Amino acid sequence: MSEKTGAKTKKGLIVSPIENGTVIDHLPPGKAIKIAEILNLLQGSVVIIGQNLKSTKYGKKDLIKVENRYITGEEYNKIALIAPYATVNIIRNFAIQEKRKVSVPDVLEDVALCANANCISNKERIPSRLYTVSRDPLVMVCHYCGFEFKGEELKLKG
Amino acid sequence: MEFVNRDVVSIKDFTRPELEHIFEKAEDIENKGYDKSLLKGKRVGLLFYEPSTRTRMSFDTAAQALGADTVWFAGVEGTSVMKGETLKDTIETVANYVDLIVMRHPFDGSARWAADVTTKRTLRGLKKVPIVSGGDGKNEHPTQTMLDLYSILKTQGRIDGLEVAMVGDLKYGRTVHSLSYALSMFDSKIKYVAPDQLQVPDHVTSFLKRKGIGFTKHSKIEDVIETVDIIYMTRIQKERFPDENEYNKVKGIYRMDKKLLSRAKPTMRLMHPLPRVDEISLDADEDTRAYYFQQAGNGMLVRAALLALIMAGDTMKEGST
Repeated sequence: MSEKTGAKTKKGLIVSPIENGTVIDHLPPGKAIKIAEILNLLQGSVVIIGQNLKSTKYGKKDLIKVENRYITGEEYNKIALIAPYATVNIIRNFAIQEKRKVSVPDVLEDVALCANANCISNKERIPSRLYTVSRDPLVMVCHYCGFEFKGEELKLKG
Repeated sequence: MEFVNRDVVSIKDFTRPELEHIFEKAEDIENKGYDKSLLKGKRVGLLFYEPSTRTRMSFDTAAQALGADTVWFAGVEGTSVMKGETLKDTIETVANYVDLIVMRHPFDGSARWAADVTTKRTLRGLKKVPIVSGGDGKNEHPTQTMLDLYSILKTQGRIDGLEVAMVGDLKYGRTVHSLSYALSMFDSKIKYVAPDQLQVPDHVTSFLKRKGIGFTKHSKIEDVIETVDIIYMTRIQKERFPDENEYNKVKGIYRMDKKLLSRAKPTMRLMHPLPRVDEISLDADEDTRAYYFQQAGNGMLVRAALLALIMAGDTMKEGST
């Protein structure tokens, strides 16, 4: 299977295929740069960011292509928190080797901050721990203080 | 039902049968007295990072009445916390000296973290030192809730089917949050009386909705006083307000006095976790409906029941006092 992920025009792909690396597709419009920053993709690698591309499923979408860089386990969780419908394609020799939909895990260990400023996990240097109450809409609850909050209040650990 | 070495962090960690078992134990102590030999040779550490009168003294007297020794600090002045010691390091240290830690701390979730720290000690072959929360920030105060429920049970003969009004600072008041969670295990109706800016937070009401518990919101005590079985007054807590101007807008908004109290059912009981400032006037103290000081007295019984169950299991003998 050759790499065909991306937005097409009548003439073909807007952004050119990559030989090896990762394509992160189906990102909500306006989220690509944020995700690229969080995953540290902007440091050194060749990165192609597409914004507000046409999407048959979602109307509009963002997309990231990064060369010679592969997404790991915890990074899937980080993407899922910002873009719950994202698809991650691992590309080798211009072909999709692996295609995965991200999903918010049941437990987030030390990935994101509790939204309660008075929580011990924001006051002392301890690993944060959040449980997923619901995925759509995203609702999390803190292991320590029991504070329940919505996805839009979620901040990833820096 | 296992109580030995158990942490007491959130009221939500307890089932209704477990709570009822604690109440039976408290009633047992009330009827038979304290078994002074039960916790002989055991030591309880009381770590109070924030001010307290009732919680600290009732835990202290309850532990001693059961024969345990107590060591404590009240306020961080004079401790290594002033040098920047983390909660983890204090707990790791004190866990070497005592068999159980009672802790009050200003940060939400501190009790759960302390419990995690002493649980992880067992991976190093060290004994588990249970953590009993005496209040964590604005989050929960589970043993207060246990004594509140015990007081409701004692005065009304049941908890199911009652109407309970909570009045005052429902936003920052941790006793209100814990009591709401606990009442969700019983078939009670809750009436929240507060100004908009101090109404009960969404995370509490969404929990109640998930449990299918009926609740209503009100702004005046007069709207609920004639029908409810319990009024749970709370202090507007100046220390929890991020802005003093916001506090000044709502201080003194509710005041229960003898005249207002006379409109309640004769069987209604007025409760308060204390301390009070001006939300209950002195003339209400003499009304038979006023129960807050007996409620505080119940604290020693319930805390003794908990200490007995956690530190000695179900082995209590008939006491001598």
